[in-house]
Amino acid sequence: MYLRLLLKMGGRVEGLLKRLKNGEILVSDGAMGTMLMERGLGAGEPPESFNLTRLPILHEIASLYLEAGADIVQTNTFGASPLKLSFYSLADKTEEINRNAVLAVRKIVGECAYISGSCGPSGKLLEPYGDTSDSEMYDSFERQMKALISADVDIICVETMTDLREATIAVKAAKTVSSSTPVIATMTFDPIPRGFYTVMGINIEEAVKGLTNAGADIIGSNCGNGIDNMIKIAREFREFSHLPIIIQSNAGIPEIKGNTVVYPETPEFMAEKAKELVSLGVSIIGGCCGTTPKHIRAIRKMVDSVG
Amino acid sequence: MDILNKIRESLQSGNDEKVRALTKEAIEERITPKEILDEGLIYGMDIIGKKYKAHEIFLPDVLLAATAMYAGMDLLRPMFIQEGIPIIGKVVIGTVQGDLHDIGKNLVGIMLKGAGFEVINLGNNVSPLKFIQTAKKENATVIGMSALLTTTMPVMKNVMDLLREEGLIGKIKIIIGGAPVSEEYAKEIGADAYGYDSVNAVETVKELIKNSKKFV
Repeated sequence: MYLRLLLKMGGRVEGLLKRLKNGEILVSDGAMGTMLMERGLGAGEPPESFNLTRLPILHEIASLYLEAGADIVQTNTFGASPLKLSFYSLADKTEEINRNAVLAVRKIVGECAYISGSCGPSGKLLEPYGDTSDSEMYDSFERQMKALISADVDIICVETMTDLREATIAVKAAKTVSSSTPVIATMTFDPIPRGFYTVMGINIEEAVKGLTNAGADIIGSNCGNGIDNMIKIAREFREFSHLPIIIQSNAGIPEIKGNTVVYPETPEFMAEKAKELVSLGVSIIGGCCGTTPKHIRAIRKMVDSVG
Repeated sequence: MDILNKIRESLQSGNDEKVRALTKEAIEERITPKEILDEGLIYGMDIIGKKYKAHEIFLPDVLLAATAMYAGMDLLRPMFIQEGIPIIGKVVIGTVQGDLHDIGKNLVGIMLKGAGFEVINLGNNVSPLKFIQTAKKENATVIGMSALLTTTMPVMKNVMDLLREEGLIGKIKIIIGGAPVSEEYAKEIGADAYGYDSVNAVETVKELIKNSKKFV
């Protein structure tokens, strides 16, 4: 514990990649969306509206994950690129939404955890299969990156991507805004008979190549179809890449139990399975849909016991 | 190769320019709009749907084919209106309140359009009231609801409750889908059908419309 605290004191940004290089395993946080829904996310409302009107809730969620033992706490900015915000006529609030999100997490975690600026898909499709040009996409991500980085975010996390072109545009935008800010890039894969592919038809080898060339420092996968598939995905990432790997699994495929619906994978189950991620050399382990502070606490315990 | 076959082929390779030109040519050859639609565009889109289902192709191929299909449909639509041929049905689709996932539901929309339906896509995070108001206003025969989160599934039941209050049960058919949703859940909340994927959803909506016509 003392060692962890000590390590955290030596310069936030430089610290991260060095720590990973030294073989340290870090824990990132769990789901955000489901936490916001439990806390009153209304109809027709984007999750990012909390960043304008309900900052205490962002403080609460950040402190829950920090207390659970997360080394990396995410901002509530998954949909805070202006292209995505424009679905809700909030594009002109891009700067405020991103800035407030970073400051809200900083207020809670201080220097005790890294703040990861979440950046999800734009919700738009690139030409020729969609109506958005590469430069429009780039401008949108660049604007979000500028807002996050100027608010002193520690890491940029481009996540849940299915289109490799969109992912590389986001990574390049982040690196152009600040070449010294570490960039995580994750994609979401589904198991199909011939292997793991994103819905846009990208396999893991292509993802590794594309994300690495774009300049990502840490690559991997999030969301998905439960921890068992994530272990297979991690193995494939390890096979193709020497970069640090991040895995943020959801807690399985949701099931209906009576009147309520539950994610089947318990904190204990996920933490036990996550041991395999550790043995595969995964550097950052966290959660996605359906994971809670309890899951993160269990993963923290496991990581501490093996490390 | 006959022209309808060429339309199918060009549609599958996502060539919208070619589909537009060929559709125009077919119209000039006095092939009926219905035949161009059924044997050319819908036929081609049906093959795309099957290939997607078999994981032979991915979303970008489906999207390009859909764009090509719309290019042909745009030329046919005025003729359908002029000749007073009714569309096979109008479907309101959306992802339920609190749920922000879009891809699966949009794919259902594409496949429905590909099968000749008129589709009103309400996007995501749609409230029960919006579903029902839109269906009433647009005179839609079917509402398709999607949920990808277990936390938002119960909203589907709220839509059923509101439908019941408005006395519209059976008049507007309800189909539901999405990863956590099941046949059992559809039965439990009294929805008319469950579609397990985008291709199956289209088949099911066709069944629903066929059955509802019997009662009219």
